[in-house]
Amino acid sequence: MEGADTEARSRAYWRANVRTVLFCLAIWFVASYGAGILLVEPLNAIQIGGFPLGFWFAQQGSILVFLVLIAFYAWRMNRLDREYDVHEP
Amino acid sequence: MDLKTLTYLVVGATFALYIGIAIWSRAATTGEFYVAGKGVHPIANGMATGADWMSAASFLSMAGLIAFLGYGGSVYLMGWTGGYVLLAMLLAPYLRKYGKFTVPEFIGDRYYSSAARVVAVVCLIFISFVYVAGQMRGVGIVFSRFMEVSIETGLVVGMGIVFIYAVLGGMKGITYTQVAQYVVLITAYIVPAVFISFQLTGNPIPPLGLGSTVAGTDQYLLERLNQIVTDLGFAAYTEGGKSTIDIFAITAALMVGTAGLPHVIVRFFTVPSVRDARSSAGWALLFIALLYLCAPAVGAMARYNLTSTVQTGPVGAAESNLVYADRPEWMQRWEQTGLLKFQDKNGDGRIQYYNDARMDPARAQQLGWQGNELTVDRDILVLANPEIARLPNWVIALVAAGGIAAALSTAAGLLLVISSAISHDLMKSTFARGITERQELLAGRIAAGVAILIAGYLGYNPPGFVAEVVAFAFGLAASSLFPAIMMGIFSVRVNREGAIAGMLSGLIFTLGYIIYFKGIFIEPLAKNVAENWLFGISPEGIGFVGMILNFVVAIAVSRATAAPPQEVQDLVAFIRSPRGAQAAMEH
Repeated sequence: MEGADTEARSRAYWRANVRTVLFCLAIWFVASYGAGILLVEPLNAIQIGGFPLGFWFAQQGSILVFLVLIAFYAWRMNRLDREYDVHEP
Repeated sequence: MDLKTLTYLVVGATFALYIGIAIWSRAATTGEFYVAGKGVHPIANGMATGADWMSAASFLSMAGLIAFLGYGGSVYLMGWTGGYVLLAMLLAPYLRKYGKFTVPEFIGDRYYSSAARVVAVVCLIFISFVYVAGQMRGVGIVFSRFMEVSIETGLVVGMGIVFIYAVLGGMKGITYTQVAQYVVLITAYIVPAVFISFQLTGNPIPPLGLGSTVAGTDQYLLERLNQIVTDLGFAAYTEGGKSTIDIFAITAALMVGTAGLPHVIVRFFTVPSVRDARSSAGWALLFIALLYLCAPAVGAMARYNLTSTVQTGPVGAAESNLVYADRPEWMQRWEQTGLLKFQDKNGDGRIQYYNDARMDPARAQQLGWQGNELTVDRDILVLANPEIARLPNWVIALVAAGGIAAALSTAAGLLLVISSAISHDLMKSTFARGITERQELLAGRIAAGVAILIAGYLGYNPPGFVAEVVAFAFGLAASSLFPAIMMGIFSVRVNREGAIAGMLSGLIFTLGYIIYFKGIFIEPLAKNVAENWLFGISPEGIGFVGMILNFVVAIAVSRATAAPPQEVQDLVAFIRSPRGAQAAMEH
């Protein structure tokens, strides 16, 4: 029954992978399309230091969020690889 | 030492470095020629990706675009970085696991179809040539401005350098040259930015300087910039010009297009493992972000410096406008190139720089202003910036070397994917299956050589539409290659019929829409204004709609036809699981 086991495990691994990606892409969307585009006007009413907040997200904040997301994704996937025993030697 | 000698020295030294690296790392096998033997460290690959990705457009044009568009320029900042999130999570690790050489090869295998592979090759070649023509042009412009040679001479020198390291070194030579080029270009971008930020705001870190107060006052830079430009009839810097839906669509088309550009994707074929492909995408974005986080500051500060050079005091007082005869030296130099022009419309000997289309005519008349008198080509801002800020000559020489590095590194990456598409996808795997590895390697080198000649010709003699279509390379990548690759990984069910129908409908729709409004080869069929656009989306953003169309058609057609054969379903299962990536390179 080892084959069926492996199959169930790789299916679970793939589901966990897709969940991680969806979680990251939701934040990706909110930081750029949300804060930087759709909500830019209401957010611009908030001033942080010299930046209107919406403008800051559009020109700097979204890029910083993207960086954190990729770092989180790489860390999380490496953990999942080991958890489901599909990691590279 | 005068500027010209210094520029020759700095640029000459970087060229010697690139050639030295090429000789040290020349390729001996097709594996080294196409994917650098899959032995590139993820950090080195991140730097190489940064140089590969940041082209003459990122280095020379982007800050200028932001300077004049203000908030509207955000589409480039978000669009050209957000694509790396898609690349890291949806494509790179799986394509590395797949483990072969080219993007069309993956599409051909996954959709078990030479036709799909040839469609991918056609998309790839079209996208890459459009893009490379702009790079060669950029090399020519930097040469002619800083080294005082003709654009043609600059082009020939640039072609010669790329020829040496791309033909000799293949992907391996290009990778390590790009690492060096990244270091040159990022230094050349950041050093002047730091100086300017410090001069203007007292804060040496440009992204923070953008949010600081103007030195010697307690008014924020952005607030002050908004005030000056709105006084002169321009839109407020921190607010948008385009409609929200158009900004949304353009950002999306640029993001998805970035993730679908073959010369960027193929960089992730060169790292040793799936784990490395993930982390390498993060390194790539970090190295790219160093420039992209400075660009908004460079843009805003250049706009501020330019405006306050011309408008030295409050709008209205006559003595607030710069006397033409007293203009600084850098303005005189750029006037000679024709990229900066002054026309004294009201004959007062002073420069009036304002938005004559939006400023209240009664007010302009009262001031005695008879139209805007200064036109500035936005492409010159990054090159002129060190001069505007009166930085030392070595900084200006460094910027010249950085501009050339940005253009050459991108050109080399593009030429390599073109040559591998021809020697590997078209010859070895489709039309000339019998050739040996040595013959294939030779074919790759010849294809690279021919591609350089064509690129040089396009750079010297750009068809009128090149500048227009560069942005559309993204639209085409977004609407054809990206959805096909992504569905090939995330869906087992999408089959040959679906993928081909999807790629063709995305491609034809996007290209048709662009030609309809922009008229490549033919006259435009309709005026390129918002009233005529579909959903209010401009041709620049239409790749987003093309991408959705591709997904919808591919899924619908796949449902109506037979599922892919078992071995293809096994291939999908294979690429989804990281283990075994090293073994994958053996086959």
